[in-house]
Amino acid sequence: MSYAKPKEGVQPVTHQWKKIAVTDLGFSSPTRLENGKLFIYVDELTGLLQSDPNIKDVKLAIARPGESVRIIPVKDVIEPRLSLIPEYPVFPGVLSAWDADANGVPSGEIVSLSGMVVTTVGSIVGFQEGLIDMSGPGARYSLFSQKHHLVLDITVKEGTQRHDHEKTVRMAGFKASDYIARSVLNHPLPAGSHETLVNPEYPGSPGPPKRAGRSGLPRIAYLYMLQTQGLLHDTYYCGVDVKTMLPRRIVPTEVLFGAIVSGNCVSACDKNTTYHQQNNPIILELLRRHGTDWDFAGCVITNENVTLGDKQRSSTMAAELIASLSPDGVIVSKEGFGNPDADLMMNCSKIEAHGIKTVLLTDEFAGQDGASQSLTDTHPKADAIVSTGNANDVIVLPPLEKVIGDDRVITELAGGSSKCLLPDGSIAIELQALIGSTNQLGFERISSRMK
Amino acid sequence: MAEASRNRKTRIVHYVNQFFGGVGGEEKADIEPFTIQGPQGPGRLFEKLFREENADVEIVATVVCGDSYFADNQENVLREQIPVIRGYHPDLVVAGPAFNAGRYGMACGAICQALEPLGIPAITAMYKENPGLDQYRKTVLIVESASTVSGMEDAVRNMVRLGVKRLRGQAIESPKAEGCFEQGIRQNFFHEEPAYRRAIDMLLRKIRGEPFETEYPIPFFDRVEPRPALADLKGVTIALVTSGGIVPTGNPDHIESSSASKYGKYSLEGLATLETKSHQSAHGGYDNTYANEDPNRVLPIDMMRNLEKALGFKVHPWYYATVGNGTSVDNAQKFAKEIAVELIRDGVQAVILTST
Repeated sequence: MSYAKPKEGVQPVTHQWKKIAVTDLGFSSPTRLENGKLFIYVDELTGLLQSDPNIKDVKLAIARPGESVRIIPVKDVIEPRLSLIPEYPVFPGVLSAWDADANGVPSGEIVSLSGMVVTTVGSIVGFQEGLIDMSGPGARYSLFSQKHHLVLDITVKEGTQRHDHEKTVRMAGFKASDYIARSVLNHPLPAGSHETLVNPEYPGSPGPPKRAGRSGLPRIAYLYMLQTQGLLHDTYYCGVDVKTMLPRRIVPTEVLFGAIVSGNCVSACDKNTTYHQQNNPIILELLRRHGTDWDFAGCVITNENVTLGDKQRSSTMAAELIASLSPDGVIVSKEGFGNPDADLMMNCSKIEAHGIKTVLLTDEFAGQDGASQSLTDTHPKADAIVSTGNANDVIVLPPLEKVIGDDRVITELAGGSSKCLLPDGSIAIELQALIGSTNQLGFERISSRMK
Repeated sequence: MAEASRNRKTRIVHYVNQFFGGVGGEEKADIEPFTIQGPQGPGRLFEKLFREENADVEIVATVVCGDSYFADNQENVLREQIPVIRGYHPDLVVAGPAFNAGRYGMACGAICQALEPLGIPAITAMYKENPGLDQYRKTVLIVESASTVSGMEDAVRNMVRLGVKRLRGQAIESPKAEGCFEQGIRQNFFHEEPAYRRAIDMLLRKIRGEPFETEYPIPFFDRVEPRPALADLKGVTIALVTSGGIVPTGNPDHIESSSASKYGKYSLEGLATLETKSHQSAHGGYDNTYANEDPNRVLPIDMMRNLEKALGFKVHPWYYATVGNGTSVDNAQKFAKEIAVELIRDGVQAVILTST
């Protein structure tokens, strides 16, 4: 590791992120990267995954950008990465023991394979899984159509209960991603792009006094809401189920290491897959221009629990934590829809009550005709909203040549209906069923406006 | 109608009420519809302003109807007059302006709404408080006018500008920018910038005190005050209504797992409890493992039966169910209105609503 590690406690936590481009995928032994093409040794990977007693069978498939391929029903999408910090491997607390409260996040280096993802499919666990189209009109709605997919089509043993099924598939995705990263990235690395990301300093951190106001730049914080409704709608921070946590500050670059992973089957359009968490564009943008265009004051994660008491407690605490960073303004992103709208509005109104300005990212459920109100809750202080589109909008997707997974589930998916199969083989479904189409971390360009 | 003129000029039919049709005021409001060949009243202003916009138009006919007559006979008037208007092969129909005349606004809206599905572009104008606005804004392009006839020229000018666009087949991207009322319909589009960048830009503007425009203006929320609690349930009929998706096994009405377009009405007659064999959840917004294991968890008929005798109420023999997941408020309101009418008709005095 050529990168000089800053002395902890004095410098803010700093990560150097190297990206190695993958331009194609193939199957052959051993698993390796050759001139941008990633080869997977099928037997080795399937053998590793089948060591899980719940897994009966794993089939591997490849999907490339522009191919006439539909992947369905997708559970998670993951970008393979390798941490070069020995004591802090990727997916901390998930694939390794890591206690975020016992250990500080060390500075160092992380390497990612960019351009490819591990995508998990298999028989449906929850109604709210979705599809990825690699070409055709659906491709425009998701960044995943531009990725090379290594698809794991996982069959679990008969009699596996739903929650075990979800966990089994979730863990298989992480294991496969980790296997690929270790197999490929532990060798002398090919050239790739890299950047250095310096985290904000939190008040109370050891070292020089807080630099707030030093520059006269606006101070921006980020409130990162995570889907935690439970019962197949869960997110994990360092392996801990976020619904059991209180809101907390995180070191923003923790997300690069997979500190936040998805375990949820909430509607495909606005659930954050693990890929979305690893690449959170709000965090990355705030870090990249930190110190030049603004001061990034920090990031607080909070949950979206279902009981009113939990909502009130979490929103109060999240607002207080945000206020402790003394920002001028806060970006608030939501995950999921409906019930979390209430959390969003509580967070907004309580932060604004501290005299801190908010901008909210949300998608809309305005009905198929767009004529209904879009959110289930609102507040007069929510006067600055960025819309990531009406997820009820119906799109017609023509049949594609190849299906990876099982497209017979389409009528059951949230966003589908018994009438969504058209006579010519097309499907008319809501954007809701397209993975990441109305993502509320702001990856995509779709929006909605009043006509 | 001469064929030659059909080819040469753009044909417009104008709809007006008895007053602008030159018949008379309120005392003539019950006059039956009739047609005048050529322009009448504001029709001449339309022709003049269209020509100023270099559109060679001709108002081929003016359909006149009394406001009260229209209001009392709307279905018949539309059934008879729409074919009359169509018979003139209009390229465009203009109705009004109706200003703040309520019945006139309703008539203009109804005429335009009936023509649009036939492929005939139709526009009207009215004042923002005209009841025709709320009734027809979703389906009809309505230009904003002043409340009284003193705003005639402005209203007609805006209708003409919009009419020219529609005659040329140009899409109306933003009704507001065209001087129209928004239709209140959310329409997706691809923005130039990804959402995360727009959010940061908006926040910087808000922090600096610069103007910014929210992408979703917060709507008015219809909040319903709960009724006071019933002191005594003796003799009261109580119904169960759920948005938790409990339906007979197999989901006979195919209620969607999300974005429900319908509800079901199912019998509870003689049921002491719901069995996993006979009932299930059709809801896609929650993990329904536990609802399927014991459907009473969402539709608590078992508890109702226990309490029925103890408290002396009666359980309504039907329950209503839909799926509340991603279901539009418009649909939910529609279901609620229909269900409420039936419940009241059937003598139900209290309802337990269960969600998930």
